[in-house]
Amino acid sequence: MDLERLTRIDRTTFRIEPHGRMRVPAVIYGDEALVRQMDDKVAEQLCNVASLPGIVAAAYAMPDAHWGYGFPIGGVAAFDPDEGGVVSAGGVGFDISCGVRTHLTGLTKKDLAPVGDRLAEELFRTIPAGLGRHGRIRLNDRQLDAMLAGGAVWAVAEGYGREEDLARIEEGGRAEGADPDAVSPRAKERQRPEMGTLGSGNHYLEVQEVDRIYDPETARAFGLFEGEIVVTIHCGSRGLGHQIGTDYLREMVVAARRHGIDLPDRELACAPIHSEVGRRYLGAMRAGINCALANRQIIAHLAREVFARLFPGLELPLLFDVSHNTCKWERHIVEGRERALYVHRKGATRAFGPGHPDLPEPFRTHGQPVLIGGSMGTGSWVLAGNRDGRTKAFASAVHGAGRALSRHQAVKRWRGEELVRELARRGIVVKCQSPRGVAEEAPGAYKDVDAVVEAAEAAGLARRVAHLRPLIVIKG
Amino acid sequence: MELVVATPEGHELFAHQADIGVRGWGPSREKAFEQVAMALTAAIVDPREVEAREPVGICCEAPDDEILLVDWLNALIYQMATMAMLFGRFEVQIRDHRLEATAWGEPIDPAKHRPAVEIKGATFTEVAVRRLPDGRWLAQCVVDV
Repeated sequence: MDLERLTRIDRTTFRIEPHGRMRVPAVIYGDEALVRQMDDKVAEQLCNVASLPGIVAAAYAMPDAHWGYGFPIGGVAAFDPDEGGVVSAGGVGFDISCGVRTHLTGLTKKDLAPVGDRLAEELFRTIPAGLGRHGRIRLNDRQLDAMLAGGAVWAVAEGYGREEDLARIEEGGRAEGADPDAVSPRAKERQRPEMGTLGSGNHYLEVQEVDRIYDPETARAFGLFEGEIVVTIHCGSRGLGHQIGTDYLREMVVAARRHGIDLPDRELACAPIHSEVGRRYLGAMRAGINCALANRQIIAHLAREVFARLFPGLELPLLFDVSHNTCKWERHIVEGRERALYVHRKGATRAFGPGHPDLPEPFRTHGQPVLIGGSMGTGSWVLAGNRDGRTKAFASAVHGAGRALSRHQAVKRWRGEELVRELARRGIVVKCQSPRGVAEEAPGAYKDVDAVVEAAEAAGLARRVAHLRPLIVIKG
Repeated sequence: MELVVATPEGHELFAHQADIGVRGWGPSREKAFEQVAMALTAAIVDPREVEAREPVGICCEAPDDEILLVDWLNALIYQMATMAMLFGRFEVQIRDHRLEATAWGEPIDPAKHRPAVEIKGATFTEVAVRRLPDGRWLAQCVVDV
């Protein structure tokens, strides 16, 4: 991106003043190198978002932002329903409530040594990953609707995981206001074989080692210690969410004109929050959130079973579960006035700080864990939300490294088998059914996650707590 | 958007930062739709690895060509997901904005096909259905993976 087009506010904040159809400015967070690396399309897409009805304050891009469809990935935008504000299916994305959860094991690398390759093999065998590998759980119509209404709360009641997990999931494990009837029969059909599956693309289950601690006090409060083994799961709402996105994107494209919304790009398709389509989408999207929460809860349960077989009595308590493709109803202070807004985070993580009333008790003092997935070669991060009043972009932070190269370019540059061997030499075991899938997800195809996280901290979006190094990677 | 390939009919993948673009072209709108469906398969697996033995019927109708293209690809994505199939051959007929098609394929065999990705949905990004100055038809969009 050409920095000449931007107004520089400080070292990590850039701004595009409103012009043309823009109703508010666009704000891009990141250091100079990261912003330069961003495609011009990010600015273009952000300016388009800034032109949507009812947008409040600004359209924001996180330091890991990259060119998406309609909204940039790494984009945040809030809308006021009483000022004609909209909800956008494209602004949430196809993988509704895709997110990350991390479980603590209390083990160290030394404890893993005696089980050798069995842990990786059993995880790969137990957790269905990739196209064509279906789960063993089949829900009938009634159970499916109960899952869509209940999320992780439903999953725990069905025996997947423990009651105490729920306080460590956003919204207590269940999005309020989910409407299973607003979800099409096709979406439900698509979900049927996919409950408890990881999916493919950038989704994974990793066994990781905490190799660097940046904020010892917060790390201690989170239960993280140097050398500890943790288990991290990255996946979303599977076929159900994809189909909800597909169904409502189309419906909103067709309905936009009727609502008097002139779209600069069809992918920005949206509907007034107060419209019939808008309300129905919110009900379906929340059902999609619940599907993702239930799905991650089930996968965690499968991982716990594997660990319990190899380490009898081990419990794997949940650190936290965050979602990074959502639209949520939240209260925020804007120019000194509290307003209830619908905040879209597309490839961005909510990052509530210490004292936030919506946070569960364990995180009131230090802020919530903000879990950042990296690429399989470089590692992931645990960040924490900043103190209220210092939060920016409606209390949002980055979600991952963000792609630097397309899948197309990655496949031309790397070969899956070689990458698996190279990572093995570095002590990282990769289990994946598709070598091409590994090549598309090559560590070099991603931006430097460390630089992304440093920029997020410098920009005041969140603060660094710990770095996680992958040891075992299970991919689709 | 440009089409550098001179062949009368064909398909290719094109780059999008996070996802994959699928493009097909041919002497008619129908052929371009058949070819873009081949590109959809190519995003997952080499289409030559897919045996076109079981037919599946698909119908869709849309207010314009672009939405019809997105509907067509999404119908295939839905069939692939729910029937756990991959498709290697397509026959498309379009009247006005109503599409009737048959896709032939086989059940996904993870060991044989080693599918690279699962496709979540077709998007309206870079979407285009149009007749090129040389008379060929082009159909394309970005799919989310």
